[in-house]
Amino acid sequence: MAAAAGALRRLVRCGPQQGLGRLRQLRSGIHGSAPAAVQVTVRDALNQALDEELERDERVFLLGEEVAQYDGAYKISRGLWKKYGDKRIIDTPISEMGFTGIAVGAAMAGLRPICEFMTFNFSMQAIDQVINSASKTLYMSAGMVPVPVVFRGPNGASAGVGAQHSQCFAAWYGHCPGLKVVSPWSSEDAKGLLKASVRDDNPVVMLENELMYGVPFEMSEEAQSKDFLVPIGKAKIERQGTHVTLVSHSRSVGHCLEAAAVLVKEGVECEVINLRTIRPMDVESIEASVVKTNHLITVEGGWPQFGVGAEICARIMEGPAFNYLDAPAVRLTGADVPMPYAKILEENCLPQVKDIIFAVKKILNI
Amino acid sequence: MRKMLLAALSRVLQGPAAAARPVSRVVVASRNYADFASEATFDIKKCDLHRLEEGPPVTAVLTREEGLHYYKTMQTIRRMELKSDQLYKQKIIRGFCHLYDGQEACCVGLEAAIKPTDHLITAYRAHGYAYTRGTPVREILAELTGRKGGCAKGKGGSMHMYAQNFYGGNGIVGAQVPLGAGIALACKYFGKDEICLTLYGDGAANQGQIFETYNMAALWKLPCIFICENNRYGMGTSVERAAASTDYYKRGDYIPGIRVDGMDILCVREATKFAAEHCRSGKGPILMELQTYRYHGHSMSDPGISYRTREEIQEVRSKSDPITLLKDRMLNNSLSSVEELKEIDVEVRKEIEEAAQFATTDPEPPLEELCYHIYKNEPPFEVRGPSQWIKYKSVG
Repeated sequence: MAAAAGALRRLVRCGPQQGLGRLRQLRSGIHGSAPAAVQVTVRDALNQALDEELERDERVFLLGEEVAQYDGAYKISRGLWKKYGDKRIIDTPISEMGFTGIAVGAAMAGLRPICEFMTFNFSMQAIDQVINSASKTLYMSAGMVPVPVVFRGPNGASAGVGAQHSQCFAAWYGHCPGLKVVSPWSSEDAKGLLKASVRDDNPVVMLENELMYGVPFEMSEEAQSKDFLVPIGKAKIERQGTHVTLVSHSRSVGHCLEAAAVLVKEGVECEVINLRTIRPMDVESIEASVVKTNHLITVEGGWPQFGVGAEICARIMEGPAFNYLDAPAVRLTGADVPMPYAKILEENCLPQVKDIIFAVKKILNI
Repeated sequence: MRKMLLAALSRVLQGPAAAARPVSRVVVASRNYADFASEATFDIKKCDLHRLEEGPPVTAVLTREEGLHYYKTMQTIRRMELKSDQLYKQKIIRGFCHLYDGQEACCVGLEAAIKPTDHLITAYRAHGYAYTRGTPVREILAELTGRKGGCAKGKGGSMHMYAQNFYGGNGIVGAQVPLGAGIALACKYFGKDEICLTLYGDGAANQGQIFETYNMAALWKLPCIFICENNRYGMGTSVERAAASTDYYKRGDYIPGIRVDGMDILCVREATKFAAEHCRSGKGPILMELQTYRYHGHSMSDPGISYRTREEIQEVRSKSDPITLLKDRMLNNSLSSVEELKEIDVEVRKEIEEAAQFATTDPEPPLEELCYHIYKNEPPFEVRGPSQWIKYKSVG
């Protein structure tokens, strides 16, 4: 009975797209099978997280371009304006520096804003407010002025959007003390990290990925709960392995898992780590893995110089795992060039599954 | 002194009968409150108006208590800034130091018109505001000298002082303006009838983000008073060389504006009361331009005479000094006496000396706390120092 009630609750909570899938689930539930995980897209997971956090805390509100009446440029905030109204979901003019500063000021005065950048490329217009006003203020005020704000939006490459709309900001924001920077891959990551970010009393930059928004993932029953949080600062081992450690974040995690699925047929077991958080980075998990596998490859979409992979390599060198490396650590990154438009060019600007496989074989000498 | 001599002389001349005279005749300093008026009314300069039918009143009532309070506060800020100048030249204060002397009527006048529950944010010329918003002088000076007793424990310095409902102290020119509108948004959101005073200078007035903020504040009717402290120079650039329109009170375009004599504390107070009422009544933002002047250069590294003449500075000092203006008004209208004001000067000097003593003897912040306050409400964690072997603990 409780199982059927749970299934019914989930059915009620889902959006129209999920309805049919959930209905099938419900029928199977009533017929006696155990409540299963459901398929939820990253978009819907983010939407749920926003809805739940808006409901839970009156001080939370969302502002950004097209977040209200347009339902969100990428439909992440679909239905929220209808439910919460003008006070909680605010459409802004195209004024990044202005509205980002407004979000930060509101946080200083006790609210908990979620500031959406239509893409993180536009955050460059407002980067002074993110770094100088948000991330440094707690320190400069010796703890007197906290800034509980979340900056979120799609980051990195999309599909054919050209150089000005394809930059990855993980390294730029990950560079700065006072900020937390998270980068979800799956729906569970997206929902849990967004909820954790909203509840965190510090400024958090959440780097989503536009190409991941429509991808469905299985979400466990636990992950569907209103209090499900993914801890900030902890990586997740997506796949256990013994021969090589693949460390990645965001969309590249999927590529690593695909490469691992191909390599397993040749007897190579890859351990795939999903960083989930860029700052503070869970180096301990990477070290523990390298101690086990003796080989390290980092995979990211951003440019190579001063990137996430560069930081991981430096940290591994400084720590206990260095002595366990049987080969130098390897970085797979975006190509060192502004993103071109033509499909064949764009594809070859990001690490593909074949590049990961090639690197694994090279590093293992097979 | 003279009174005493005259009284003594008159006793001598009047002979033994004088001994029966009441004792009060020989008291030197008269602190008899019956001698003073309890208040006086003054004409103040009419404000130029933009998109307003009516403006602030052209007369203001000053009570004796208010007068003494404003005088003491302005004098405290004046002496505090001069002491900072001294400490900077002795290299006890380092880095940036932007002094506020000359502009005292602005911060004291603004504070007189608002409540402690209202909010205020300004740029880096902020020592006066740190004081009027409740930070003791010793904590301001100790912050400037980088000691642990500073209001930001030595972590912030001159440009980053904070207090209850005072959000600094901001180093990036213009960035504080969107922040102020955000604070105003929070005021409106919480519905507690509070407003935010958002200050910037004539130099910052040309920042694009300020126009973005005007737009959103007007659209959303945020309870924000935008205040341009026009001291005629953005660093070394005069307003004529920086702005196509120097009518800063009109630059808000669709936002109503008032131009105020920023050297007259009563003018500032009345204009701010008017502006605060405008915001609290839900009409949205309003803009005030305070015409003021700084005696020092832009900062301590600027002598302040390469882009303006000594004569100009001297003229403002002799004709428009805010403290002198208030003093003259009070003396000419029996709100106080020369002696009483001198006593206040002595008290102020003493307070500043003691504060400077504290600021120069308090220890520097402990090295162990170098990495404190990176995150709020976080379990303690390790932070990397200049090398991998140097680690600091961080506590929120």
